[in-house]
Amino acid sequence: MATQQTRSLARFMMAPSVVLLFVWMIVPLAFTLWFSFQQYNPLNPIRDGFVGFSNYALFYSNPAFLQSILNTLILVASVLLITVIGGILLALLIDQPMWGQGIVRILVISPFFVMPPVAALVWKNMIMHPQYGVFADIARFFGGQPIDWFGQYPMLAIIIIVAWQWLPFATLILLTSLQSLDGEQKEAAEMDGAGFVSRFIYLTLPHMSRAITVVILIQTIFLLSVYAEILVTTNGGPGYASTNLPFLVYQKALLEFKIGQASAGGIIAVILANIVAFFAMRAVGKNLDR
Amino acid sequence: MARAVSTQHKTIATAAAWIVALLIFFPILYTIITSFKSEQEAIQGFNLFPSGTTESYTAVEAQSGYFKFFLNSVFLSVGSTILALLVAIPAAWSMAFSPGKWTKDILMWMLSTKMMPAVAVLFPIYLIFRDTGLLDSRIGLMIMLMLINLPIVVWMLYTYFREIPGEILEAARMDGASLWNEIVYVLTPMAVPGIASTMLLNIILAWNEAFWTIRLTTTEAAPLTAFISSFSSPQGLFWAKLSAASTLAIAPILIMGWFSQKQLVRGLTFGAVK
Repeated sequence: MATQQTRSLARFMMAPSVVLLFVWMIVPLAFTLWFSFQQYNPLNPIRDGFVGFSNYALFYSNPAFLQSILNTLILVASVLLITVIGGILLALLIDQPMWGQGIVRILVISPFFVMPPVAALVWKNMIMHPQYGVFADIARFFGGQPIDWFGQYPMLAIIIIVAWQWLPFATLILLTSLQSLDGEQKEAAEMDGAGFVSRFIYLTLPHMSRAITVVILIQTIFLLSVYAEILVTTNGGPGYASTNLPFLVYQKALLEFKIGQASAGGIIAVILANIVAFFAMRAVGKNLDR
Repeated sequence: MARAVSTQHKTIATAAAWIVALLIFFPILYTIITSFKSEQEAIQGFNLFPSGTTESYTAVEAQSGYFKFFLNSVFLSVGSTILALLVAIPAAWSMAFSPGKWTKDILMWMLSTKMMPAVAVLFPIYLIFRDTGLLDSRIGLMIMLMLINLPIVVWMLYTYFREIPGEILEAARMDGASLWNEIVYVLTPMAVPGIASTMLLNIILAWNEAFWTIRLTTTEAAPLTAFISSFSSPQGLFWAKLSAASTLAIAPILIMGWFSQKQLVRGLTFGAVK
């Protein structure tokens, strides 16, 4: 059906998107790669020049680097764990027959629409503030000491905030998947005397497996680059206790103007993301062949 | 089936779900409540019943010119979405209706650009923006947001367009419809729901984008994300005002979001879960 004419037309129509994305991806990335081999400091231009891999070495020897990689991975893993398990449980719960299901859905999905700076500020001041926060009120009510969340447990605090933002996403997608499960299959399993647990393990979970994969992959993409939540709450501290890789790169680039090191960090972030992307693409790609 | 559900079961499920839902919603709810308190009330401990004053709202506007940031957010999210649609609709259309050997690869590649961490290109983008005078300009940021969301827009449109039966287009072509007529009279009416959903989701995503909008703006082009982030400095912190500003910043998008749950699932999973 596709004639030569329509084919070239198709190419012509695709061109703007492809060219724009290509330029947007390749130009800055090339710059970053180039900078990562340079000594470049806008404030002190005398010592600029090619330095080989020493930026990578410097970035690597920076004690903050390993900490930031570790924090990045801890953040991603913890939030994934909480949101996937919590999401499955919540989806199962909301899928039950009940009154006001629509409103429950709306309440549960809401945090996803809250912009990251607001989510972070609300948690920081309204909920976790050691003096005026709700947690402090609760602690005092039970006669306990309020916890200084961002001073004592900065990573945990950030994990809680980010998990709160992403739990709705996981729940919504898993619920959608759950509701597409064939009712007759469920009934048949029930008739055969399968209990709730075995129905869940042998029927529901396999049905949801693709949705779970998708949730994990998409969240990982976003969780690898959590930024605003850290900026607003702990600013990476105390020390580097809650600095993740994106935040460290931002600090190096725009606060310390160590462009070479920041670029090296950026390239490392790209490599990290690519490892994840490799798996993500395969999973989503399978869906295309359907 | 309907018989099988006991009232008792339903009551328990309802109670459990409502408790969990309210807990999850609580931070938002409490922010809205606090926004109607005076600063005095706001720091006097846990209290779910505000006096109902709106002084925080007027104060936020008077002190910081909230409305300007709000307009920037509207302009940036709507503008970048429309721009993205203009670029993406032809691309998605051609991918869905005359797929070539490379279509799948191009789609996958587009998706992969979404996975590039923003920090990796922070400094080059910053330099480019600075040297072209786009720093803190609405146009520059609009283009930026358009590029960020373009892969999702193409993908979403593609999954919607793919569901339009190609035979109808062919029939129109047989009847002698020109390409232009085909697009305007046949494709568009069938594609409008998909385009509308795509638009809705992308306005939400652009509205909430909180990396570039914070880093590439200072005052003129700053949207609500940047405005709210400026509240994190200790000296500017007042609980009721913070709540009012937060409520204003999330209210429009929260309401839009409630209407787009289905599209959200589809768009954010790239059509993998419907």
